[in-house]
Amino acid sequence: MKWLGIALIAAAFLLPPFLAGDFYINLASQILIAAIFALSLNLLVGFGGMTSLGHASYLGVAAYISALLTSRYGFGHGAAALISIGGTVAMAALFGVIALRATGLGFLMITLALSQVLWGLAYRMSDITNGDNGVSGLTRPAPFGISLENPVAFYWFVLIVAVIAFATMAIFVSSAFGSSLQGVRDQPRRMAALGFNPWMIRWITFVYAGFWAGISGLLYVYYNKYIHPTSLSTTSSAEALLGVIAGGSGTLGGPVVGAALVLLLKNYVSAYVERWNMLLGLVFLFIVLVMPAGIVPGVTRLIANLGRRSR
Amino acid sequence: MNPPSSSFALEIVGLKKAFGGLVVTQDVSLAIRPGERRLMIGPNGAGKTTLFNQISGDMRPNSGQIKLFGTDITPLAPYQRAHLGLSRTYQIITLFSGDTLEHNITLGLLGLRPARWQMWLPMSSYRDLSTEARRILDTVGLLHLAQHPISEIAYGEKRRVELAMALAQKPRVLLLDEPLAGLSNTERSAVKALIASIPRKTTLIMIEHDMDTALDLAETVTLLNYGRIIVDGERDAVIADQRTREVYLGA
Repeated sequence: MKWLGIALIAAAFLLPPFLAGDFYINLASQILIAAIFALSLNLLVGFGGMTSLGHASYLGVAAYISALLTSRYGFGHGAAALISIGGTVAMAALFGVIALRATGLGFLMITLALSQVLWGLAYRMSDITNGDNGVSGLTRPAPFGISLENPVAFYWFVLIVAVIAFATMAIFVSSAFGSSLQGVRDQPRRMAALGFNPWMIRWITFVYAGFWAGISGLLYVYYNKYIHPTSLSTTSSAEALLGVIAGGSGTLGGPVVGAALVLLLKNYVSAYVERWNMLLGLVFLFIVLVMPAGIVPGVTRLIANLGRRSR
Repeated sequence: MNPPSSSFALEIVGLKKAFGGLVVTQDVSLAIRPGERRLMIGPNGAGKTTLFNQISGDMRPNSGQIKLFGTDITPLAPYQRAHLGLSRTYQIITLFSGDTLEHNITLGLLGLRPARWQMWLPMSSYRDLSTEARRILDTVGLLHLAQHPISEIAYGEKRRVELAMALAQKPRVLLLDEPLAGLSNTERSAVKALIASIPRKTTLIMIEHDMDTALDLAETVTLLNYGRIIVDGERDAVIADQRTREVYLGA
């Protein structure tokens, strides 16, 4: 049963290049990128109990750094990617120090405020960021001489990164450090009395989540070949947060399912309904009412119940 | 030669704590020898748990000093105190309710080990941690429940896990905040036997309302009232003291 599930999931990710047209392959790439981003946010929200409304900052800043370095300053993709990730991690380290002065609502408000500052800068510093016009005319990298301009090649590239991201984050949450993180989420006072440093555990996680958000930001800008201040906005952060919660925060599959749901709704529904955000809201309302813990935990329970009944 | 102050496991000098106008700890000074069994008594609101919270670092005193084996720990964070050999349990059960008993004890073991920072290996690869956790669960008679989540076990069993989690750290000084609270008579005698079996390497300081049980475990007694030490000394002397009677029976 378990192996059947794994085989089905593997097939769902491995088959698109052989079966589907470019439109669907591109959609699959976008879902994977959004999934990496959601997984990184889930480290904070689900496993760390730190609800952030500013996680798009790291995606956006990584994307902007890479976009500007390659288009304006003549950097190669490799160097630009390294500087971009380095810069994003450094920013997460600094913002973590500021945001982790608080927990709960205070933390949420600080992350929101910091991301608003960055969004404002991206808009207003138009001589650097090109403001509301965004940065366009970008290229995709060609690792080992393989061009990623082709949708199928790009899909494989994103899939490899996504698998590494998923595996690393899965090991992270099941490691000793991951146990400490979940302990600090549930009983911070007890954890401190047992010898764990709650602040340091939260901060390291914050920086680590910033790192993977940065990676997803790079893939995001490679895919779109364009970056606009909207990517840094609260709406982007909130969308990802909704995806994590709808899919099931604190689970590994949840953010992937949630991210896929958001993207599919966005792509399909927006073709028919202009105010697709409203429909998105209704869908989330329905999920939260029917499965308060999210889709993945909800469906898992449903299957377990069915199994018990049939026995 | 050790400095003179380190002849005490825990030494408190002139501790004061107030919330606005409400003074909860008033010039408290205590000295507890290594291996001592000390019982803290006093009516509700006497400031016993507040004193524990200041010793463990959850609460900062306004003034005064706390020393652990001669080291001034007053400015240290709770986790730093844990690394110096201080451990505690809580009056209100503070466990990881979604996790198994074994995992709860493992967290207790992990807290003092460098492995707690390790991010590249699943927890399950630490065979020694799991073996040690099961051994500790066995000593409190809960090995058969090792794989059950905390939320599924009975209240009395949770009390024992509280204790086991602290004991897993092999503390030099252990603070027990009402370890018998809410237990039935049978459970009470089980936990009492457990506390009595704690090795002498561990200095024990205990808050407990159940005098019949607690007095058997104690060698020395401190009576607190309104955040102040009223009587402090050998068990029998404190019980016989006129002031103890006044606090408990009214003047």
